[in-house]
Amino acid sequence: MSVVLFKAILIVIIFLISLTVAAYSTYAERKIAAFLQDRIGPDRAGPFGLLQPVADGVKMFLKEEIIPTVSDKLLFIAGPSIFMLTALMTSAVIPWGKPLEIGGKLYALQVADINIGILYVLGVVSLGVYGIMIGGWASNNKYALLGAIRASSQMISYELAMGMSVISILLMTDGSLSLNAIVDSQKGMNWNVFYQPVAFIVFLVCAFAETNRTPFDLPESESELIGGFNTEYSSMKLGLYLFGEYINMFISSAIIACLFFGGYNFPGIDYLGTILPGNIVSIISVGVLFGKIFFFIFFFMWVRWTIPRFRYDQLMRLGWQVLMPIAIINVLVTGAILTFFGN
Amino acid sequence: MQLTNRSKVVTKPEMTFVERLYLPAIVSGLAITIKHLFKKKATLRYPEVTREFAPVYRGMHVLKRDEAGRENCTACGLCAVSCPAEAITMDAAERQKGEEHLYREEKYAAKYEINMLRCIYCGLCEEACPKDAIYLTDRLVPSEFTRGEFVYGKDILVEKIDDRVDISKRKKSYTI
Repeated sequence: MSVVLFKAILIVIIFLISLTVAAYSTYAERKIAAFLQDRIGPDRAGPFGLLQPVADGVKMFLKEEIIPTVSDKLLFIAGPSIFMLTALMTSAVIPWGKPLEIGGKLYALQVADINIGILYVLGVVSLGVYGIMIGGWASNNKYALLGAIRASSQMISYELAMGMSVISILLMTDGSLSLNAIVDSQKGMNWNVFYQPVAFIVFLVCAFAETNRTPFDLPESESELIGGFNTEYSSMKLGLYLFGEYINMFISSAIIACLFFGGYNFPGIDYLGTILPGNIVSIISVGVLFGKIFFFIFFFMWVRWTIPRFRYDQLMRLGWQVLMPIAIINVLVTGAILTFFGN
Repeated sequence: MQLTNRSKVVTKPEMTFVERLYLPAIVSGLAITIKHLFKKKATLRYPEVTREFAPVYRGMHVLKRDEAGRENCTACGLCAVSCPAEAITMDAAERQKGEEHLYREEKYAAKYEINMLRCIYCGLCEEACPKDAIYLTDRLVPSEFTRGEFVYGKDILVEKIDDRVDISKRKKSYTI
């Protein structure tokens, strides 16, 4: 099997998995929300309501498509498209598992092992805000515009702290930006979260802000902005926005798992490699990564029903006056320790 | 000036460093929410499970028959008069020869309609009835698509001979 064919198959599989996980995240969101509020949640479509995402998808497609006459039609359509595209693009650099061995050749379970992996992720994520901004602006609606403005300023504020917290990780992996190298350096139980707890907390908070999740869901605060940037959207274009948010959540969970929780590594991975065939260990490692991802998706939803939404000035103060200094000090301290004490 | 001795001095102490970190508070909040994940759910899956009604619950009406299966109602109109929502209408008719097994009294209701959308389920019709004919039961009025379907006639209200409605909860002395 040629490498190109393998990568093509891998891209299709990752694409499908992202969409499936996003679809079932909507189900999980409703189910977890219900359980945390002592309710049962959707249980009518199929056993335990498992067909609910299908029903929701069909509903979204069948809804009337409304494009406001005062809106900029081209940009109005471009908004959700860009949002969805950027959400799906980030999955390209994530190492999903140990390399598979097919016909004596090793195939990395990663679409592109580029040497600027984490930089690529940060770049594409910051492109994602254009989807929200363009959509909010093209709607020609004050609530949509307010939501878009909030989204863009929030993204810009939190990206800095996020990048800073990543730098302290990069210092520890000899400056390699490749996600593969970062994951490899956390073999076994050598996870970054134990060495960089402060960076982890900063990154986690920023991930909440970047994915517009509660407590930082100001761009789409339904109580004050009637849904924010997606106020004017209907039918599947709204569906793309909602879906893109869940894909973003899935990808940021994957990034958190890769950066701080060892990615596909788990304790005893080398020992398993000696008693089991390599491919089975690879599949187990993929399962382990997905276990970590699902935990963080659950954590995202868990936090949503725990912490109320921030006020806008509190959000800005947290971003600029708390997280930024902490991230910078963390970089300094990490650098100092590495310089004076080595590894 | 102090008017009562119940006044309290309210203080707003400066938050300590740990409190200003917010992280301990967030963790304890997370612990509270995760506890609810395993709590007993308050929801009843309605069509499959119905909740238990109190004995005094007033739901859908029933027009009773006596032990021989004859309709109790004599179309006196007291229920319609007592109804504060004016939900009940009826037409009276005289019992003919050979209909003694159908109607207990010499006069009966040829038409008896309750508009379930007007009804406020106060139970005054039940109190007014001298013939033990109308009772409110613990059955729920089902939902319909049009308003017209909520005007219940005798076909729905009169209990079936082979499918009696138990109203012993409403009236202890009533047997059937």
